[in-house]
Amino acid sequence: MNFELSEEQTMLRDAAQKYLRAAYGFDARNQIVASASGMSREHWQRFGEFGWLGLGLLEGHGGFGGVVELIQVAEAMGAALVVEPYLASTVLGAQALTRAGSPAQQAAWLPGLASGQRILALAHGEADARHELSYVTTRATAKDGGWLLSGRKSGVLGAPWADGFVVVARTSGAVDERRGISLFLVDAQTPGVQVAGYRAYDGSRAGDLVLDQVVLGQDALLGVKGEGMALLEKLIDLGIVVACADALGAMDALLRKTGEYASTRKQFDVPIASFQVIQHRLVDMFAAVEASRSLLMMAALHAEHPDAATRSRAVSAAKAAIGERARFVAQQAVQLHGGVGMTEELDIGHYFRRLTLFCNLLGSSDHHLQRFAALRAPV
Amino acid sequence: MDIDFSPEDMAFQQEVRAWFKAHTPTELKRKTVTGEMLQKNDIVQWQRRLDTQGWLVNGWPREYGGPGWTPTQRYIFDLERAAASAPVGLSMGVIMLGPVLIAFGTPEQKAQYLPRIRRCEDWWCQGYSEPGAGSDLASLKTTAVADGDDYVINGSKIWTTYAHWATHMFCLVRTASTGKKQEGISFLLIEMDRPGIDVKPIVSIDGEHHLNQVFLTDVRVPRKNLVGREGQGWDIAKYLLTHERTSIAGVADCKAHLSNLRVAAAERRSGGRPLAEDAAMRLKLARAEIELMALEYTNFRVLAATASGKAPGPESSLLKTMGTAVQQTLSELDVEIAADQAWPWHAQGELGDGRFAHAMPHYCFSRAATIYGGSDEVQKNVLAKMLLAGAR
Repeated sequence: MNFELSEEQTMLRDAAQKYLRAAYGFDARNQIVASASGMSREHWQRFGEFGWLGLGLLEGHGGFGGVVELIQVAEAMGAALVVEPYLASTVLGAQALTRAGSPAQQAAWLPGLASGQRILALAHGEADARHELSYVTTRATAKDGGWLLSGRKSGVLGAPWADGFVVVARTSGAVDERRGISLFLVDAQTPGVQVAGYRAYDGSRAGDLVLDQVVLGQDALLGVKGEGMALLEKLIDLGIVVACADALGAMDALLRKTGEYASTRKQFDVPIASFQVIQHRLVDMFAAVEASRSLLMMAALHAEHPDAATRSRAVSAAKAAIGERARFVAQQAVQLHGGVGMTEELDIGHYFRRLTLFCNLLGSSDHHLQRFAALRAPV
Repeated sequence: MDIDFSPEDMAFQQEVRAWFKAHTPTELKRKTVTGEMLQKNDIVQWQRRLDTQGWLVNGWPREYGGPGWTPTQRYIFDLERAAASAPVGLSMGVIMLGPVLIAFGTPEQKAQYLPRIRRCEDWWCQGYSEPGAGSDLASLKTTAVADGDDYVINGSKIWTTYAHWATHMFCLVRTASTGKKQEGISFLLIEMDRPGIDVKPIVSIDGEHHLNQVFLTDVRVPRKNLVGREGQGWDIAKYLLTHERTSIAGVADCKAHLSNLRVAAAERRSGGRPLAEDAAMRLKLARAEIELMALEYTNFRVLAATASGKAPGPESSLLKTMGTAVQQTLSELDVEIAADQAWPWHAQGELGDGRFAHAMPHYCFSRAATIYGGSDEVQKNVLAKMLLAGAR
């Protein structure tokens, strides 16, 4: 058993924190959010130069490290409220290719993803599916040796920025069947592909993907036809671990900032931190952060477990519990800041919104609690 | 980072598992699973059995009879012990006084007491709380006044667990009433058969007799019974509170408890179907298991920090509050699963010996976990102090 980061992992974590603190301050970040594109290509390429966008990718395509490395960077990004599509592209998009792409698909995409030249988004959700991954109505039918793709995907992270999409579609079976799900690699410029994009409440960009009679070649299929569910679950599980790390970064920042605020804000002539009710609330926030950190570690250590049920149980446990704690920490941070915590001007509310979106990202706490219970190993 | 045991640790695990399987008495297993209170003789016999194996004082250094295990081995031992439904069965002497004497005792005190603790020849109780000193422990008033070669002790201790079984008490007493109240406290050893000691039982809400009030009237003990220096008692008490960091969380016993709850939920019926299939019960058990996972990994993190030389202090407060919350949740679930099977007063009626005969008293007494050893509220004060020291 070993719960320490290696020297390289520690260096990666420290470097990410240091760079983002210096170059990605709150004001700079807000300018990025308010810009027309809503992201900074400059930062994104810097992230690529640092190697952050190659984490977990194949070594031959500019990649190194794995989930432990990914969560070091993601935690720093959560603390800095980074809006660029780290989870969307580096994890969900690039990992689909890493795990199931053909050599040609990998060669075409991975170097550009690792360097920060290109962005690849995963389009798996649908409006009526809610959190259920196997509910897929988007259809791909075989046509002229290739594929014809039609449907609407929703909640696609990073969609307005994406150069391409990994689209989850049904090649056979009923809408909620686990069998018959396939993944396709779709260039954003393909005729019939349309993005209904928006700025999300956490400052990032997302959108619905409208697919209208999109004609794809045979080589667009990613992985094995009809067998995409296992891959999708693996991707989402990994994405959840990284999302939890991002949330932890935000929670930790809120705890620190709230402690500092309570120590300086005076009422009744004394710092409000001198009141026991405030102290105990801070301790409840601290306990929530620490438990989340423990569960994140647990989930990360199981993220590549060969047994899918063992892996998913660990991940769902973490998402269920960290989701609830993220909501608690976010709400209490606003509460303890009082009126000023309600203002757009302060960063507290921006963390609050990020964590609120996290609660329903890649499955809610309720969803994952039920999944955990269903996956329980027999007595 | 990895969670795999080394081959040596896995071999150790097999050895310990086999031993507990072969040597845990059936009657002790039954009591552990049902939550029945252990009697003094249960604990003494079990401790002597463990000591014969060399495993009793596994937290003590090798030179005092400890097996020299790594923290991981101690953790594995505890897991296997709990999984075999074997009780912790550790006394205050092994867990608390031993480490204090090892750290602060004179060579004579070590030689006199440590072997007797190991062989369970002495039974130690802890004299900390007083009627007027609970969470504000430092305001304790029991005095020890030097008189020739003796101290003369007057006052009263309360909530003294198993004082009625004890041959000795380690006690916080006031030796000075000037200066800071913490600085006038000393750590004193008292033989329970000294004249002037009166032990009165306190029956707790589980209907059992664990607790006592101890009255001390002109009790004389020799001055060599002082541990450390006069006025060092508070530091010694604090040392103790952070000493047992790994066991304070109670991870191993919680795991065994949850596993027993799952068996019980599978056996009990609801509308003729297994209660374990009930949607609400499933989610309650799932939630409890996730909280236990959070506790387990927090415990790992503290273990790792300790092993790498970072001395954790306030983390033990976190482990205590997290651990007792899980323990209480599980005890509560026992009563919930039992439903009316938890109603009969134990040892009465035909259900009096059943699986759930002790669910209710066990649950009742579990409420003490967030009160003793520093209440939840006191632990939060400690943690707040640490948090805000960083913030200022």
